[in-house]
Amino acid sequence: MDLKDIIKPENRVYAKTPVLTENVMHYCPGCSHGTVHKIIAEVIEEMGIQEKTIGISPVGCSVFAYNYVDIDWQQAAHGRAPAVATATKRLFPDKYVFTYQGDGDLASIGTAEIMHACNRGENIVVIFINNAIYGMTGGQMAPTTLIGMKTSTSPYGRSEELHGNPLKITELIAQLDGTCFVTRQSVQTAAAARKTKRAIRKAFENSGQSKGTSFVEVVSACNSGWKLSPVKANEWMVENMFPQYPLGDIKDR
Amino acid sequence: MALRGAIVVDSEKCKGCSVCLVNCPTNTIALAKEVNSKGYNFAYMAYPENCTGCTNCATVCPDTCITVYRVKV
Amino acid sequence: MAEHILMKGNEAIAISAIRNGCDGYFGYPITPQSEVMETLMEEKPWETTGMVVLQAESETSSINMLYGGASCGKKVMTSSSSPGLSLMCEGLSYLAGAELPCVVVNVVRGGPGLGTIQPGQGDYFQACKGGGHGDYKMVVLAPSSAQEMYDFVDLGFDLAFKYLNPVLILADGVVGQMMEKVELKPMKPRWSDEFIKSTFKWATTGKTPDRKQNVITSLALDAAVHERLNHKLQLKYKQMQQEDVRFETFMCDDAEHVIVAYGCMARICENTVELARAEGIKLGLLRPITLFPFPTEEINRLVPQLKTMMSVELSAGQMVEDVRLAVNGRVPVNFFGRLGGIVPSPEEVFEAFKKEIK
Repeated sequence: MDLKDIIKPENRVYAKTPVLTENVMHYCPGCSHGTVHKIIAEVIEEMGIQEKTIGISPVGCSVFAYNYVDIDWQQAAHGRAPAVATATKRLFPDKYVFTYQGDGDLASIGTAEIMHACNRGENIVVIFINNAIYGMTGGQMAPTTLIGMKTSTSPYGRSEELHGNPLKITELIAQLDGTCFVTRQSVQTAAAARKTKRAIRKAFENSGQSKGTSFVEVVSACNSGWKLSPVKANEWMVENMFPQYPLGDIKDR
Repeated sequence: MALRGAIVVDSEKCKGCSVCLVNCPTNTIALAKEVNSKGYNFAYMAYPENCTGCTNCATVCPDTCITVYRVKV
Repeated sequence: MAEHILMKGNEAIAISAIRNGCDGYFGYPITPQSEVMETLMEEKPWETTGMVVLQAESETSSINMLYGGASCGKKVMTSSSSPGLSLMCEGLSYLAGAELPCVVVNVVRGGPGLGTIQPGQGDYFQACKGGGHGDYKMVVLAPSSAQEMYDFVDLGFDLAFKYLNPVLILADGVVGQMMEKVELKPMKPRWSDEFIKSTFKWATTGKTPDRKQNVITSLALDAAVHERLNHKLQLKYKQMQQEDVRFETFMCDDAEHVIVAYGCMARICENTVELARAEGIKLGLLRPITLFPFPTEEINRLVPQLKTMMSVELSAGQMVEDVRLAVNGRVPVNFFGRLGGIVPSPEEVFEAFKKEIK
């Protein structure tokens, strides 16, 4: 069978969703952000909610998420996305509102905002990218940086004594009565990415049913920040990040 | 019944991260020796006869530059 | 016949918000303005007009809730007092940078730090000269009565949406706490989502196939683009100075001396003017209603007939700098202020005035 017989529109089983723009992403090669953006765009397309979805982008590498997912966006101050989303959802209750935040944004400077939005049970979706480092500012220590992990502000490795411990914020979030769905996923393999997509879809469906806050952490690789190749970074993530941040649903009600 | 597949890589968008390579169960994909205009060795279907159109490569591709086709033969 | 109700300035803010079609109030308790949110919660406007009222976890959060609500083209507001406004400065800078409309009320108390819960006017610099980072300005309205607290919510929203910029109502503990008769103006309904969608094309109302996505942001990494954005903002601030300066004068026509005072101090200084007039001194009062844009032109117009001017404030001397800039050395500009929440009497101001002109 010739390739030209296979490569025909009627045989297409996977193509870029039109909810993603044509812009080439500014992310480093192999960055998990791109995969998660794509998953969100695919969920929006499959649910047919492009006209009803408003995204809140953070400060960090994904500040430019609005360049890639073709919906209305609000770019929030560092850490404040959950507060921004709170008002947006309350004033537009029929919209799907989600925040997209990194570990520095969500688990450090924005700890108060995320805790209280989740505790109030705002009917929003939170996508939390945890790659244990500040990517955009050049690889500084994050609240989720592992013990022993070297970053530009923990050049000798994170020490419990000097820097404190990695923050398992997702477990804390799961304790809050306002959350209905709290899960931790990853996107380094096709199977993992498909599970993440199911989780994100469920989160958006929960939002439509006003069940409370849905929180999806995606343990991610920052290969530039970690100073590894994209493939090696994913391997390192599986070996080192997953023991500290185990995958799976923490809460589902 | 067997599945035959094929992928089309947007070689200008591809950054050569290789995540698709390691996720391909049939060793269909390799990085090209030549580079695109950004200087990346882009992914391409090196062994077309292996491809089953499973979509694993496209699913993990952070830059969404792979389109997948599949036929039953 | 219009309805008149006796109420506190803070209550007037709350009632006015409900009656003027405000979509959302987000706040955090702080003395001396907690009555604003208390009144709103008691009134339950979500059952009548559909207005959202939410107690946030901090002032940082409330101002960012305004960012979200304003991005949707909704009429949103918050209120706080001095330390709370310090926390909001980050958000105000973002709101100004992203060109979003909102109304923020500061019922000023004494600072710095935790300061005192007594009235103050020490936040003039913060309100008029920035506070947050970057080259931005807000329209700053200074009410001196409960009626103006009521009226300026409506005016504030008009100006906020005219300029797509935050409007700050710079009140003080006296104006917030004192009870006065307030005339309730006719109700204005909230805007419908359809109206917002068709009127505010920039708002994040959901991307429809007939338009490009709307993105609310203050970020522009390209230097040329960012400079253009700043120039656009500066043009807007210039337009405010041309079109929206507001002030009131009292006995200025034949005045040889003029006191400049705003908020509660303007009320007190009116009596000082009367004391002076009783002694044959030709004293007048200029009350800036907008602190930014400042009534520089009016001061310019008055200077040729004057021997002195005097700024009277509940601060160590903040507005006096703008008076001096306007006067530009042509006549002496004196200053009298009290701190710590002490509000001077008309007599005390008069004594201070007489000492300066001796």
